[in-house]
Amino acid sequence: MAFDLAWLPQLTQGLVLTLQITTACIAMGIVLGILLALGRVYGNRLISTPCSIYIQILRGTPLLVQLLMVYYGLPSWGIYPSAFISGVLALGLNTGAYQAEYLRGAIQAVNPGQLMAARAIGMSLPQAIRYIVLPQAFRIVIPAWSNELILMVKYSSIVFSITLLDLMGVGKRIAARNFRYFEVFVVVALFYLALVFIISQLLRMLEQRVRIPGLGEQAEQR
Amino acid sequence: MLLRATLINIELLFTLLLLGLLLGTIVALLQVYGGRFAGTLAAGYAWVFRSIPALVLLFLFYFGPSQFGVNIPPLVAATLALGIRSSAYQSQIFRGAIQAIPQGQMMAARSLGMSRLQAIVTIIIPQAIRLSLAGWSNEFSSVVKDTTLAYVVGLNEVLRHARIIMDRHYELAMLAYLAVAVIFLVLTYSGNRSLSWLERRLRIPGLQMKGGTQNT
Amino acid sequence: MSLLKAENIHKSYGKEEVLKGVSLELERGETMVVIGPSGTGKSTFLRCINQLTPPEKGRVWLDGVEVTHPKCNIDKLRAQMGFVFQDFNLFSHLTTLRNVSIGPMKVKGMRKEDARKLAMEELERVGLNDKMDAYPAQLSGGQQQRVSIARALAMEPKLILFDEPTSALDPELIGEVLEVMIKLAKDGMTMLVVTHEMGFARAVADEIVFMEHGVIVEQGSPQQMFSAPKHPRTGEFLNKITELYGETA
Repeated sequence: MAFDLAWLPQLTQGLVLTLQITTACIAMGIVLGILLALGRVYGNRLISTPCSIYIQILRGTPLLVQLLMVYYGLPSWGIYPSAFISGVLALGLNTGAYQAEYLRGAIQAVNPGQLMAARAIGMSLPQAIRYIVLPQAFRIVIPAWSNELILMVKYSSIVFSITLLDLMGVGKRIAARNFRYFEVFVVVALFYLALVFIISQLLRMLEQRVRIPGLGEQAEQR
Repeated sequence: MLLRATLINIELLFTLLLLGLLLGTIVALLQVYGGRFAGTLAAGYAWVFRSIPALVLLFLFYFGPSQFGVNIPPLVAATLALGIRSSAYQSQIFRGAIQAIPQGQMMAARSLGMSRLQAIVTIIIPQAIRLSLAGWSNEFSSVVKDTTLAYVVGLNEVLRHARIIMDRHYELAMLAYLAVAVIFLVLTYSGNRSLSWLERRLRIPGLQMKGGTQNT
Repeated sequence: MSLLKAENIHKSYGKEEVLKGVSLELERGETMVVIGPSGTGKSTFLRCINQLTPPEKGRVWLDGVEVTHPKCNIDKLRAQMGFVFQDFNLFSHLTTLRNVSIGPMKVKGMRKEDARKLAMEELERVGLNDKMDAYPAQLSGGQQQRVSIARALAMEPKLILFDEPTSALDPELIGEVLEVMIKLAKDGMTMLVVTHEMGFARAVADEIVFMEHGVIVEQGSPQQMFSAPKHPRTGEFLNKITELYGETA
């Protein structure tokens, strides 16, 4: 049983790709999530129903299927996305749907009186959403959102199946060439564990920094 | 043909969920009642297996042993890998439920003279089961979709068949995947409906998680 | 021309008609207090005035401008009407100072420093300038309600609507809020107040309105209402309330 330390730099490169893909898809997911959530909560029927349908479909089907649909399926319709784009696109569309649901829950958790008070001093609905509802919703959604980020770090590993050399992809290549699956993947597992740990800690720090006393938990009045 | 392959997914699904349930319950109980050493071990187990991607686990369980000359069939490897992973998640759901039960319940049980074990079995667990249903429903949805990951270890499940179709008839690729997507929508939907039905049947008025039920 | 005029307001929730044709007029500088049993539509009526709850039938005018008109700029009109909620509804993610300054800044387009100055003045007016940087959750109920009055005042409104401002407060905290309200009334603010505080009504109201079952039963000056009510129900209610709550302020 031997693990060649020379493999570490390669694995680290794979890690970098993993981080790139994760960041890109999360960024896409945030934007998409906000749009969908706002559409579902404040849009009229014409807007909220398609949003709702999109969310349900994306959450009800396997991520791997979605990925393969983008990478192999689109070409059969004449569109040829690159592996990287396919990966980010599929992951982004998927996480966007989940983030939309979390944000929707958070928006609905904001005390309705807040919106009323904002309208009562003359704020328009867009103003009230932007200055009063969303700032609170974002703080409420942080735990769910952190979870989703970590989930995406792990699920990004599926892009190895469309030839991308992320941490998983590099691992597989090294393991296959040297027939050292066990050692290599134990190290890969350790990489992921470290990654998850560091990101969790960072997110916890973020949560502490934006915490406002009395916001997020069941706000008790009186 | 795709549908027949789906049966494999379903078989994998139920076996791994069962494994996850058994292991998860044990881990949860250890974490809550096990004392410092066992409790930390249990917590560590749960953390490790939730933080490692499912794919890595699948590879470890399938390809790993073959390195040492042991050949594990894809279905078994997948069940073990995904089952252990699910047990980690389920343990946390169950643990959350147990900890949501007010301390007074255990106190009352003990003051009646029940032993710790008795109290856990007759008072805590029945309540914890009901409180877990919401989280369990989420886990179910997740796991249903994760069965497709077994594709990478060569399991003859539905996604693999879609791939085969694609290899033979390239133009049908999108359609094949759409079909798989629809199959899973049906699976997730019926799964959730059944769980809602179960939740309703087991419901006890007043027994609820703090914060109410959040719909997925 | 009266500052606020409401004509024939009807509001139903589902099949139940909560307001059955309420009309009233409020003059500049007047303090009008609305009393009545709970659940008879008093709060709903207030919300119909600034359209937080649009009425099914009926019209409202603020200083001659029709608030209920489908084409009116409701945000602009609301900026001219202050509203104080029973549950305060302070913006939980903002400091006290920001709570008061955000209206002038975002709705009236005031510059940041000017809004800040204005906010500090209004907080001083309600006696809370030392709590500028605190968050709502760190204040007592009475303090929160006073901030919410400051928030309404910062918009320099033509009138202020008060929806049971002290009902959610612990008894010891009611006094500080009533004090602020009495001062406002004496300074000439036009106020429409829904409350159970009889002492307040007797002390500062120019007119008292008794509402029950979605209609106005009787209205008149405090002296007249308390000593010689025309309608039997009015007398009954006033007696019970004064018994229950005693004299305040």
